[in-house]
Amino acid sequence: MAGARYVADPEECVETVALDGLSVLFHRPSGMTHIVAPPAPQILEALRLGPAEAGEILARMRAWYDLEGDDAADAVEARLDELEAAGLVSRL
Amino acid sequence: MTGAALLVRALRDPDGLGDCDWNALIASARAEQLIGSLAFRLEGRALPLKVEAILDCARRDALQARTQALWEAEMTRRALAPLGIPVVLLKGNAFHAAGLSASVGRSVGDLDILVPRESLEAVEAALLGAGWERLKEADGYDDLYYRRWMHELPPLIHRTRDRMIDVHHNILPTTARPKPDAAALIADSVALESGLRILSPTDIIVHAAAHLFADGDLAGGLRNLWDIDRLLRDFARDPGFWERLGERARLHQLRRAVGLALRLAERLYLTPVDRRLAGRRRPSDRLFAARLLARNGWGQPVRPLLRLAFYVRSHWLRMPPLMLARHLWVKAGR
Amino acid sequence: MKHSLSLQIGPVAFRIGSAWPKPLAALADLYAGYPEPDGICDFTVRLEPETAWRRWFRPSVAIHGDYVLPDAAPMSLAHGLLAAEMGMNLQMALGQKRYLLLHAASVEKDGRALILTGESGAGKSTLAAMLGERGWRLMGDEFALLDLEDGRLRAFPRAVSLKNGAIKVMERTVPADRFGPLLEGTPKGAIRHLRPRADALAAMAEPARPALILFPRFGEAAEARAVGQAEVFMRLTQASTNYVSLGGAGFDALTGLVAACPAAAIDYPDAATAIATVDALWEQVG
Repeated sequence: MAGARYVADPEECVETVALDGLSVLFHRPSGMTHIVAPPAPQILEALRLGPAEAGEILARMRAWYDLEGDDAADAVEARLDELEAAGLVSRL
Repeated sequence: MTGAALLVRALRDPDGLGDCDWNALIASARAEQLIGSLAFRLEGRALPLKVEAILDCARRDALQARTQALWEAEMTRRALAPLGIPVVLLKGNAFHAAGLSASVGRSVGDLDILVPRESLEAVEAALLGAGWERLKEADGYDDLYYRRWMHELPPLIHRTRDRMIDVHHNILPTTARPKPDAAALIADSVALESGLRILSPTDIIVHAAAHLFADGDLAGGLRNLWDIDRLLRDFARDPGFWERLGERARLHQLRRAVGLALRLAERLYLTPVDRRLAGRRRPSDRLFAARLLARNGWGQPVRPLLRLAFYVRSHWLRMPPLMLARHLWVKAGR
Repeated sequence: MKHSLSLQIGPVAFRIGSAWPKPLAALADLYAGYPEPDGICDFTVRLEPETAWRRWFRPSVAIHGDYVLPDAAPMSLAHGLLAAEMGMNLQMALGQKRYLLLHAASVEKDGRALILTGESGAGKSTLAAMLGERGWRLMGDEFALLDLEDGRLRAFPRAVSLKNGAIKVMERTVPADRFGPLLEGTPKGAIRHLRPRADALAAMAEPARPALILFPRFGEAAEARAVGQAEVFMRLTQASTNYVSLGGAGFDALTGLVAACPAAAIDYPDAATAIATVDALWEQVG
């Protein structure tokens, strides 16, 4: 949804372990464990710089990673929805 | 002394416990959902190693349960925030959210919230849109029963977190005799930092008393009275509290329930109570206490006739006799 | 309760109460040689009549205890031993918070543990029992207990629950005095319990460091393939009844386990192949 600003919990709230290509996250505030695939961990990393809209998140990610094509924007939107449902990000 | 009586003594006076039947104490505490509270009451005391290990686990488990309860409240807040209505947490979740001493070791079940009656539909819609679902497809009679006579929506369960939420518009069923003032409950509620709300201290006590006596057959009563004990020790420090409690109890037509709750808390847990509000002791108090303590050292319920009497009473309190007969008849026909 | 029995299994002590003497007599026979708990028990199990008159008339055993399953169907008195076993399982599944529980069998050799996990009925209990008769120490067939502090496995050597075909297989090589009664007509078919060997019981207090995780599947053509860590992690959380309630400690223990142990899925058509495959893979782990 255009215009919504997302925020993630501070870094110390999430413990991340990499397991062959995927990331397993322990989210302390919820006590829940999530298994996430790229670009979800990268989205969370991008949000560590501060709250942002989807477009800004994508821009931050492009600065660090090689993201191709228009699909990238859709993928980011879809992952943001999932991360929101999981409680890992929320809207301001 | 075995079972529930031992449990009550241990909670009331942990220092005076000495060597006791630990198996009976632990089994009773678990049966009464009080193992967490007991574990924190006994923390730091010299205990047999094995008991300390069991209670240490219980403490850690209680803290994890607390985390999950707070999170469930937070996700509910996120789902309902766009509606701009007051959302009041009830019972254990409220204690945890507000960091009350009643929350120490307190187990939590479903999330209970109170919202204005006119917002019920919007609340249900918002929750359904945010990942909650109905428990089962609305069964004609049950659903009608719920929506017409109960004080809450049929429970919803979150599809991924697997946790239930009960949305109330009052603290007692519409069919019960006392008619608490729902608008007043919400108007006097207190906002927490997150934006979620809890009832005012006096209303929390009134609700606990109502929940204990007007809504149930006293199952879980020892825990409810322990809540009341912990809550009163905090709240009564405030001058004028007892007077306000009396006023609110009368407003919500729960004066007798509150009096009974105070007398029983005093009887079991030696809670300091206001003599006038508690009222003089009655012969029936002993029956209530006996029902509450009806559990042996194996965790088994005992005194079946007494339990049956209170079970029938709880249904009678919840609805008028004709309705009760019809309800039990329909249920029996299943 | 009229009759009672206490059992120490690994680090867990149970007290089991019963309205009837028979199930406890059968339990005492099956668990002959196990140490007796010193008094304070971790869990209480109760075998009670479903309703008051079902104590004598067509006795019906309802399983109760510290932790209960609300809609559990009661069992006949003839299956009372099974009810007691299920009662203990239930306490562990719902109430065990000291160790991370994996729904897995485990065996030990040279101080290191092999974890056998997977779906019910895939054959892990039977494979563990067979390995237990061939130089491995049986640590458990139903639950593997992962210590949250040091990442080692604790032994929990309950009587092995053998079902249907597996019963005959084990009867061929194991002396009769280690078996419980044959229980027929249970929801899972025929069940017979097998007491672990005396040396497994003697060593029940000794932990072991996990070294290999296998997902065994009986009844398929022989095959072995490596399993990726993320898949192992996910399958183990699904196989754990208490992972969710252990919070950060559970996360650390399980990620530690997955990072430290290679894992493979093995399919086998018969016991001999299974054991040969296990030995070969164990050798590779070194």
